[in-house]
Amino acid sequence: MGRDEFVFLLIGLKWTVALSVVAFICGCIAGLIVALARTSGITLLERITAGYIAVFQGTPLLMQLFVVYYGLALIGIRMDAWAAVSVGLTLHASAYLGEIWRGSIEAVPKGQTEAAKALALRYFSRMKDVVLPQAIRISLPATIGFLVQLIKGTSLASIVGFTELTRAGNIISNQIFQPITVFGIVGILYFLMCCPLTIYGAHLERKFAASTR
Amino acid sequence: MTQAAIQADASDAMITMTGVGKWYGAFQALHNVDITVAQGEKIVLCGPSGSGKSTLIRCINHLEAYQEGEIRVGGMLLGHQSKTIDAVRREVGMVFQQFNLFPHLTVLQNCMLAPVKALGLGKADAEERARQLLERVKISEQAEKYPAQLSGGQQQRVAIARALCMRPKVMLFDEPTSALDPEMVKEVLDTMIALAEEGMTMICVTHEMGFARQVADRVIFMASGAIVEEAPPAEFFSNPQHERTRKFLGEILGRH
Repeated sequence: MGRDEFVFLLIGLKWTVALSVVAFICGCIAGLIVALARTSGITLLERITAGYIAVFQGTPLLMQLFVVYYGLALIGIRMDAWAAVSVGLTLHASAYLGEIWRGSIEAVPKGQTEAAKALALRYFSRMKDVVLPQAIRISLPATIGFLVQLIKGTSLASIVGFTELTRAGNIISNQIFQPITVFGIVGILYFLMCCPLTIYGAHLERKFAASTR
Repeated sequence: MTQAAIQADASDAMITMTGVGKWYGAFQALHNVDITVAQGEKIVLCGPSGSGKSTLIRCINHLEAYQEGEIRVGGMLLGHQSKTIDAVRREVGMVFQQFNLFPHLTVLQNCMLAPVKALGLGKADAEERARQLLERVKISEQAEKYPAQLSGGQQQRVAIARALCMRPKVMLFDEPTSALDPEMVKEVLDTMIALAEEGMTMICVTHEMGFARQVADRVIFMASGAIVEEAPPAEFFSNPQHERTRKFLGEILGRH
């Protein structure tokens, strides 16, 4: 495998990173809204978000990407592959992160909310200053675990024709007929992204555990 | 009745509860509770577990919603809209059995949060106020520590300071010494006694009968969600009127 092929893989890698970052950031914002709605105490909101989470957790990511990419085109909403997979992965991430954070919010002892209420703090401040900082610590291992899954999940974008790392590998492999070398390198690149995150997650977990002791 | 209680007509009453009823589903937790607390009065609320005493004081700052009757705090009617609830909560401090300090914030930050966020105080003013009150509960040297680095007694004193930082007119104590090791009970009670001597209006749910004798203007005994008996402590302990009160006092004083 030559230099040009490797550069082509790196361009694919760039898109994988871009897709992961966009999906994670947008997914975090939407996921926070889902988590807050899911714990709002307003029955209708809780039911709707529970349904939303159930749909995205109960169906394959690939099918979700198909629906966004082909399905929306059928009803007249045309998006290029980049936008479609970004939207698809964001929806997927928002449901998973929403569920992870719902659990974390509920794991913060009830006395914390009561103390905040007794101090006349309103909902926004109760969440921002008291509950969420504690919930984030609790959710950290699961959140980083999900980020790692999301990075690997972006490989499914190759199937709707988006040239990220996996599809770049596929293209090169079809040109130079060295699948083991090419996909070996692709695998190493994924590993180099995901493994440090896992280690970082474990590090943060230890750090927070120490500061609350 | 004490002088304070006699004077507790509608005008200088700090808290009035009139015919308050509370249900958890079909279970009635409070029955037709009437209490008037004058400004500066100290009330000790006691009774067997499940008698509704915690529920009662949690209604005063609307941690529990009540369904029947009326509660007024400092003349304000405590309704069920968030606006009046917040207005009442700004005037009423609460100390919990489990301290409920915010573990991710330092002692100082715990004390500054609500004055900044709920009263709109500037950071510098809030810090000055917090340091002053931490001084008053004799814990100022721990200001930069996190709650988990303190003993239970120290944490509870911080919780008292945190509530006082709101400059409340009333303080509610919900079994403030029940979760403490015996050797730490005194430091918390001493803090509460000092607060009482400064004229704070207080309602304390506690089984510390020594504290009740020393500090309370009135002791209120509850059972099964209703007030059974109320009297000044000397009378309450020496001459309880009801059988349930006698039984309760026998159990709780016999234990000590």
